[in-house]
Amino acid sequence: MISALTHLQRLEAESIHIFREVAAAFTKPVMLYSVGKDSSVLMHLAMKAFYPAKPPFPFLHVDTTWKFREMIAFRDQMAQKLGFDLLVHVNEDGVRDNINPFDHGSNTHTHVMKTVALRQALDKYGFDAAFGGARRDEEKSRAKERIFSFRNAQHVWDPKNQRPEMWRIFNTRIAQGESIRVFPLSNWTELDIWQYILQENIPIVPLYFAKKRPVVERDGMLILKDDDRMKLRPGEVVEDRLVRFRTLGCYPLTGAIESDADTLEAIVGEMLTARTSERQGRLIDRDEAGSMEKKKREGYF
Amino acid sequence: MRHIMAKSLAPTDGVRDYLAAQEKKSLLRFLTCGSVDDGKSTLIGRLLSDTKQIFEDQLAALERDSRKHGTTGDDIDFALLVDGLEAEREQGITIDVAYRFFATPKRKFIVADTPGHEQYTRNMATGASTADLAIVLVDARQGVLRQTRRHSIIASLLGIRHIVLAVNKIDLVDFDPAVFERIVEDYRQFSRDLGFHTVAPIPMSARYGDNVSSRSQNTDWYSGPTLIEHLETVSVDETAVELPFRFPVQYVNRPNLDFRGFAGTIASGSVSAGDEVVVAKSGKSSHVKRIVAHGGDLKQAVAGQAITLVLDDEVEVSRGNMLVSPAARPQVADQFAANIVWFDEHALLPGRSYILRTETDQTSATVTDLKYRINVNDFAHEAAKSLEMNEVGICNISTRAPIAFDPFAENRATGAFILIDRISNATVGAGMIVHSLRRAENIHWQSLDVGKRVRADMKNQRPAVFWFTGLSGSGKSTIANLFEKKLFATGRHTYILDGDNVRHGLNRDLGFTDADRVENIRRVAEVAKLMADAGLIVIVSFISPFSAERRMARELMADGEFIEVFVDTPFEECARRDPKGLYARALNGEIKNFTGVDSPYEAPEKPEIHLKTLGRSAEEMVDALEHWLNERDIAEDQYDNGGGI
Repeated sequence: MISALTHLQRLEAESIHIFREVAAAFTKPVMLYSVGKDSSVLMHLAMKAFYPAKPPFPFLHVDTTWKFREMIAFRDQMAQKLGFDLLVHVNEDGVRDNINPFDHGSNTHTHVMKTVALRQALDKYGFDAAFGGARRDEEKSRAKERIFSFRNAQHVWDPKNQRPEMWRIFNTRIAQGESIRVFPLSNWTELDIWQYILQENIPIVPLYFAKKRPVVERDGMLILKDDDRMKLRPGEVVEDRLVRFRTLGCYPLTGAIESDADTLEAIVGEMLTARTSERQGRLIDRDEAGSMEKKKREGYF
Repeated sequence: MRHIMAKSLAPTDGVRDYLAAQEKKSLLRFLTCGSVDDGKSTLIGRLLSDTKQIFEDQLAALERDSRKHGTTGDDIDFALLVDGLEAEREQGITIDVAYRFFATPKRKFIVADTPGHEQYTRNMATGASTADLAIVLVDARQGVLRQTRRHSIIASLLGIRHIVLAVNKIDLVDFDPAVFERIVEDYRQFSRDLGFHTVAPIPMSARYGDNVSSRSQNTDWYSGPTLIEHLETVSVDETAVELPFRFPVQYVNRPNLDFRGFAGTIASGSVSAGDEVVVAKSGKSSHVKRIVAHGGDLKQAVAGQAITLVLDDEVEVSRGNMLVSPAARPQVADQFAANIVWFDEHALLPGRSYILRTETDQTSATVTDLKYRINVNDFAHEAAKSLEMNEVGICNISTRAPIAFDPFAENRATGAFILIDRISNATVGAGMIVHSLRRAENIHWQSLDVGKRVRADMKNQRPAVFWFTGLSGSGKSTIANLFEKKLFATGRHTYILDGDNVRHGLNRDLGFTDADRVENIRRVAEVAKLMADAGLIVIVSFISPFSAERRMARELMADGEFIEVFVDTPFEECARRDPKGLYARALNGEIKNFTGVDSPYEAPEKPEIHLKTLGRSAEEMVDALEHWLNERDIAEDQYDNGGGI
């Protein structure tokens, strides 16, 4: 009797299958690389899927210009180490208009610098399939999304009219200008991600590990003062506190947690006793109920 | 303060041990289904809550949402946890399937919460296709309903063998055991022939938690397990490993001349380095040289693993083919019988061409015979000419190229397919193969010595099919008739297939429903193909209102042989001319399914020849056709270099 696959082996195989399906069925795929832990896992799986070849598609980072500096350094380091083709896109219109999270709020900033920027990049290169690292356990509108998620020529998701998705048989047919967003990590949970990072020794941005960092308390969150563009409000002080991040985005919109977890094991241990979800640290999800679905319909990942 | 100090409770070793234990847990994928308002989403909310999967911030959001959209008074409305779409929360219904994840100390679970509305049956099927167990909810006050039956039948067709019959809202019938017993008996009667291995009835209240994770004090007459206990222990053995080896080739990995690997996921069985394998479609045999994986070659790989195989010699294998065990091979056929679940609002029409996709293969396919539709209430087999949305039927299917498969009952991975609309690209149906048809094995192409080329050469012409499409009264027949006379006068061998004439003979059994129109065109296209094969220039003059069938006709012919001629006369003009008095009667409601009146006409988007007839004579139209032909060199000696007709 042959032993059955472990839980992580099964998840890994499913993701690899999805990667290969896209490479076989689409003419111009791209992988969205957001530098976070899920992207690190996604990248690792892509390397495995096509071994001994390199992934037959480029990696695209949509840079809002407000990412943590350590994320950008890590991104460039990984591109060099693994030798993948890295494209970086910035919405230059937004830069010209000086769109930023402090003056324009998280909604406008995210829309212009992320959602619109992503649509610009997809149109510019004419990609017909784009991999993203979203998981169904993250958020309830994501729990509803297909693995192969159809977008019309305007990049719009119609959640009320998704294609049926049967078995492991994916409908990869699209017309000119339409595209598919593909989510190889759909069935992974946050715990699976950490467990896999631990098992496979996958490099991640150091911001996930606890360290003394200069933070400011603002709107109930601990914000890392990553550069001088962040101006202190009256009464605010910068304090060095032992913190880490459960999730990474634009630094002004991402809350740190106080933690002394400075190893992967400690992070997992902490997660097992956590009482809040990882997206709790994301300001963008809290703007209003159903805000993630709205952003997704407009083309956000 | 929202940012809480997380406690690193577990020492490093503890974490490692915990994770090792997690890895050993088995996984159960299940869905909740049943009729509207039977409490599916509420049950999942309860499961997540009872297994401590809801975080504090999510609970806070849930309380906010419950006040705004909730349907449970002051209590938390658990359904709002899974009804993640705005439209769902507003309308208080589930539209699409939501996937949720939870674990108990014994098992991991992925649950698909599926919609109860008939309209969204396709989303229920989506959730069921990857599940091993279905929780069928029944409202204790309502009993077994039409949707309960429909979902049970679909679950059975999709290969689910384990059912939990959750008799929910038992609190609303005062925990009455008689009600429970009656529903259980009903369901057992109904599901007798559905092939379920286990049916576990449990009385429960999802809202209050009775018999979900803890035994209820209110149902002391019930001695069975709680829902969680049952889900933790029910055995849904994975048998895929014990089946014969099947490896659908997904992707050929060829980074350089020295490496040629076949990448894919093992559908069933196992493979070891050195094993003999056979290419399913060609029957060619080879041996596995290496099982390539990142981090080192494997000695052996099993069902479910995504691997890359390198073979001993250069056999021809591409995506869509299958590497299989030489001792137990799959069937390879272009005709088979299958159960079909139809998803699309446009009905399945026998004769229409669809794209058929298996896990890695793709070809075009038509339903040659809709044998019967299954009535979801009583399983009666009903004669039907089409399958409407959410209906289930058994069909004979014919594919353009043979595919490799196993019967679905033997192998879920290699026995399934989906059907895709050729124009909208929508996934319109799901199929489960029952068996191949004998005639696929016994009827082979007779190869003939005198070929199309020789027959056409003798007539000094290239065969062609001029396909005239347009509304009734647009002038198709008049123009076609004149055109044939001109061709005939220059010594061409021609034949006109006219819509009305063919309906007097070959197609006299067909009416004007969508299904019959599709069959009408299919037959004419096949006849036109035979005539072109005989070397003739064929002129087809048919309304042919649907682009799907015109495309099907085009694909039947050789490249460049099909010339679509759009006889474009506005509806008002056709109705004004009304040469046969049909428009007057149709507009009066005396004729049903009349194209342009109560049956649609889909105008060609890119016809080879577009004839705008308004204000022009039939002679002018024929001149335009001749001009088109002359531009493409009508000379017969062009056959060799493929320059034109």
